[in-house]
Amino acid sequence: MKILVTAKRVEDPESKIKVKPDGSGIVQEGLKYKINPFDEIGVEEGLRLVAKHQGEVVVVSIGGKEVQEQLRHALAMGAHRAVWVNHTGPLDQLGIAALIQKVAEKEKPDLVILGKQSIDDDQNQVGQYLAEFLGWGQATFASKVESLESAEEKNKEPAVKLTADKKAVQVVREVDNGLATLECQLPAVVTTDLRLNQPRYASLPGIMKAKSKPIEELTPEKLGVNVTPQIQVLKLSSPPARKAGIKVPDVATLVEKLRNEAKVV
Amino acid sequence: MPIVLIVAEQQPDGHLRKASLNAITAGKQLAEKAGGELHIAILGKDPAKVADELKATGAKAVHVGAAAELEHYLAETYAPALATLATELKADYVGMASTAQGKDLMPRLAARLKAAMATDITGLNGSGADITFTRPMWAGNVFAEVKLTTPVKVFTVRATEFAAAAGGQAAAEVKTFAPKVEASKTKFVEFKEVKSARPELTEARVVISGGRGTKGDFKEIEALADDLGAAVGASRAVCDAGWVPNDLQVGQTGKVVAPALYIAAGISGAIQHLAGMKSSKTIVAINKDAEAPIFQVADYGIVADLFKVLPELRAELAKLK
Repeated sequence: MKILVTAKRVEDPESKIKVKPDGSGIVQEGLKYKINPFDEIGVEEGLRLVAKHQGEVVVVSIGGKEVQEQLRHALAMGAHRAVWVNHTGPLDQLGIAALIQKVAEKEKPDLVILGKQSIDDDQNQVGQYLAEFLGWGQATFASKVESLESAEEKNKEPAVKLTADKKAVQVVREVDNGLATLECQLPAVVTTDLRLNQPRYASLPGIMKAKSKPIEELTPEKLGVNVTPQIQVLKLSSPPARKAGIKVPDVATLVEKLRNEAKVV
Repeated sequence: MPIVLIVAEQQPDGHLRKASLNAITAGKQLAEKAGGELHIAILGKDPAKVADELKATGAKAVHVGAAAELEHYLAETYAPALATLATELKADYVGMASTAQGKDLMPRLAARLKAAMATDITGLNGSGADITFTRPMWAGNVFAEVKLTTPVKVFTVRATEFAAAAGGQAAAEVKTFAPKVEASKTKFVEFKEVKSARPELTEARVVISGGRGTKGDFKEIEALADDLGAAVGASRAVCDAGWVPNDLQVGQTGKVVAPALYIAAGISGAIQHLAGMKSSKTIVAINKDAEAPIFQVADYGIVADLFKVLPELRAELAKLK
């Protein structure tokens, strides 16, 4: 099985994000960067599938030179090769999906796994755009029925399951009010939800090995994609702050406040 | 004249998904600002009953597409059917509620319509051809004003930010159309519903959520929820540990709620949880740790053990009856 997985560079989810006073962007100072957590889950799922069915995991990221950090992280986890689409400047979800489409057409994977959304712009679009552009099936929000602390999790079995004839994958998806199972003919696009797996740590030998693994460099021009954004972010602002609340000494006071001040009970 | 098409959603049990009514309100506002008219689409094996409910929501027309192949929702069958309708209507905007289905379907439809998309919009600005959308980024820590420059524009609506469309308007014209059905490379296998006697999280007036502080014991939370007719929610840690079902998760990666009253019991208030509940009108935090970040967004906080506070709260509330 050949699996293409994305590895977007995003701000560490634990970071405090502050908007610049003029609303033109966020304050970069002091921010740390990571692989998008949903993508990291994608890398893990790819590795588990390949461990079970053989093959290779190819990881792709788009951005300036700095995204090589995220590619190296995925390589250190165990991905086999990396593709770096060298592009600086604004990019929207249409552009990203078009670039990954070209990489997929070049690599011809059986499966593309992407995070369901990136934790910076929270758009939740690229996997679905990609599936439509490629004319492939899609299973978004792949999840898992069992608890992450189950025995299966410890054995690191893939939750995305290849069917007996190896021509399709069965995916359990987290949807409103329950779990839906789909079967997608390969090649297909899967996007990951949080509870699909618990990504492994990169081991020291893994980190050493990653240094010698190949990163292929491509550009939008080489791939023949016009990435002029069709989504313009005009202005950023902070959400209105909630008024500071009060601490109440006891339950009787709380109920009194809820009844007479907030008027909710 | 600009055409706004809102896609309504039929639940597996045949009913209209309530969040569709909130998306219709957003569509109505958009149609007013753009100087256009609102249309609604509903697809399924038998969506007639839902179409009936949609008649009085203030739309110009409700377009009903019925086909046996559309019994189980799949992005691959619904997107082409809707793309054909949107193209025939010459829709300028296509939107849907940010439900699991909306988030799965709208980007696929947008790709087919060569459209840019805004996810989870919380507001609309501008007028005429110059419309922009407000949408959250970085887990709701930032709000962005975005402009889509493609001829067709697609969006999903954060339901909690728009009121539900109410009836009383002139009945919309109901039109049927033959949905274009394409073969799908994906097949539906099964749907396992997580049933609950309590109200749906995103629709409840009161939500009581438990966090790590519960150590997985939700009995007191459930008892209070039953007293108040409230929905039960949970933090991510609690769902990840398998203590409660995943669909109870409130947060950036779970459900976004905005009830009249939100009670957070034993929840520390991680950024990801706050993103899902901080639009609630009144927030109560119960936590043993006086430094827990949840107290920064709570209107009323009690620094105490939830297992002591919740029974007392039940007793005090019972006195009011």
